Amino acid sequence: MTELSYEQITSLEKIARSLRADSLRFIYGRGSGHPGGALSAAEILAVLYFHELRIDPQHPDWSERDRFILSKGHASAVLYAALARRGFFDKNELKNWGEVDCPHQGHPDRLKTPGVDMTSGILGHGVAVGVGLALAARMKKSPSRTYVLIGDGESQAGIVWEGAAAAAKYRLSNLVVILDLNDVQLDGPMHEIMPMDHMAQRWEACGWYVMQVNGHSVRQLVEGLDLAREIHDKPVCIIARTTKGKGVSFMENDSFWHGNVPSKEQLEQALLELGVEEEKNG
Amino acid sequence: MAELSMREGYGRALADYGKMNPKVVAVDVDTSASTLSHFFAREHPERFFNVGIAEPCAVDVGVGLALGGHIPFVNAFAALLALRSLEQIRTCVCYANTNVKLAASYAGLSDFKDGPTHFAMTDIANMRALPNMNIIVPCDAAQAAAFVPLVAELVGPVYLRINRGSTLPVYQPGSALQIGKGILHRQGIDLTIVAAGSMVGRALLAAQELDKDGIHARVVEIHTIKPLDGEILLDAAKETGAIVTAEEHVRAGGLGGAVSELLAETYPIPIERVGIRDEFCPTGRNIEGLLDACGLSVAEIIFAARKVKKMKPGGTEKQ
Repeated sequence: MTELSYEQITSLEKIARSLRADSLRFIYGRGSGHPGGALSAAEILAVLYFHELRIDPQHPDWSERDRFILSKGHASAVLYAALARRGFFDKNELKNWGEVDCPHQGHPDRLKTPGVDMTSGILGHGVAVGVGLALAARMKKSPSRTYVLIGDGESQAGIVWEGAAAAAKYRLSNLVVILDLNDVQLDGPMHEIMPMDHMAQRWEACGWYVMQVNGHSVRQLVEGLDLAREIHDKPVCIIARTTKGKGVSFMENDSFWHGNVPSKEQLEQALLELGVEEEKNG
Repeated sequence: MAELSMREGYGRALADYGKMNPKVVAVDVDTSASTLSHFFAREHPERFFNVGIAEPCAVDVGVGLALGGHIPFVNAFAALLALRSLEQIRTCVCYANTNVKLAASYAGLSDFKDGPTHFAMTDIANMRALPNMNIIVPCDAAQAAAFVPLVAELVGPVYLRINRGSTLPVYQPGSALQIGKGILHRQGIDLTIVAAGSMVGRALLAAQELDKDGIHARVVEIHTIKPLDGEILLDAAKETGAIVTAEEHVRAGGLGGAVSELLAETYPIPIERVGIRDEFCPTGRNIEGLLDACGLSVAEIIFAARKVKKMKPGGTEKQ
């Protein structure tokens, strides 16, 4: 198990803050996007891209790399922030995000954005596609592991559970699903729209090894991912309890911010709360 | 001896080809004993994945396998593959442009006993509208088998339409076969019958009958509905001046739609489309009788041929 040093923890937390800030800048610049679910996943993306994933920004198509599928593709802003910061492309490419000549699409496109392993946006696909990737890696005896980030609202889609069943049948211990459980979806609180209670039991009943972590604790996320590597007979689901809109007081736990764009004043307020200043030329 | 069923031609060919190409894998949805992907499963159990009755999952698992460098053949009933999994096919296969082969079995009306719930009569239309998709409709068991290596070796999404039973045999094993290239089966000057799948054999029968009346019909097989062979169709339009299309599919959006769209824009001539009327077909006792009952008889092709010939400028029907 990795013992994270204080410096490592601080560094990952700082990265998460910067991913939040960049997500909001990108969304503000585009005049469109999904801030709530991007902010809830910031620590998860920080830990994956800056600690866990075996990837090489210079060789995004390296066949032995770990794979990551952002199944909740509407959180594209935080993925783009992570990929840019990790060196897959220049952050400035997102200055005209939303224009037809910007390569980076509203939702992740594997053919247009370096480092995106799978196109996403229509909710539900990540788990089953991840099953195929994990099967492929196993057949090749590759060390490549597949990570899929899904949303809790997304879990209402039946295809998620079709994929979950297949992963369990084939005992895909090289597949890790991280569930961003923030209990808020587009129309309101998940427990009102369509309750998905007993989430851990649902995944356990499907044959998965389940653990629950605080999705805003980089230490707990790292420990969870470490433990996942020790599970050799079943796929792993890490339920990350999160807060939608995390880090920006007026966005937290409010479904309005699932898919709305901050004003200039709101962006400045948000960046102030995150402890990062607006880039003068940003 | 009864002709080999198209699904058996396909299933055995997939198992055989799998011996030569270790990248080929197969996914099925609890229908391997029907689609006959079980021949592959027996030969290559480590490369066969049965995900149960979950077509959307099967397509997405295929997508993941393709992303991992394999060549997945996703086997399912065409009615479900083309409709229940249509969004998976749109997003994860066509838009993401993944190297997935959709083996759509029990196509058209070929599952005659199970009836309209199991018929796939709109699948070509569903697939044709999708960018990046290649659509292949073999005419018989031998051709279905011959297409397996070609489909596997074409990089990109393919929809391969497989009938449950046998069709009138047409394809000579070993003869030229190329994705995107139509086949001229018979020369003729008065009109061209453009046929796909099970209707190729019927089109040839219709041409023989027309010949007796002095009407010389060309017969062109279009096995690749997308990308369409514009050259062979334009030649047919220019040289024979009238076209009848024939397919085991609704008239909207299939072969007839594709040919009509092409020629309306490039070389307008009289066209008649033989296909399933805009209604749901009944259950049948056998496939040949059901095809006849659903507007796909040889007589329908002959009727359409006479009609288009008459519609040609200065055309008169010979009796």
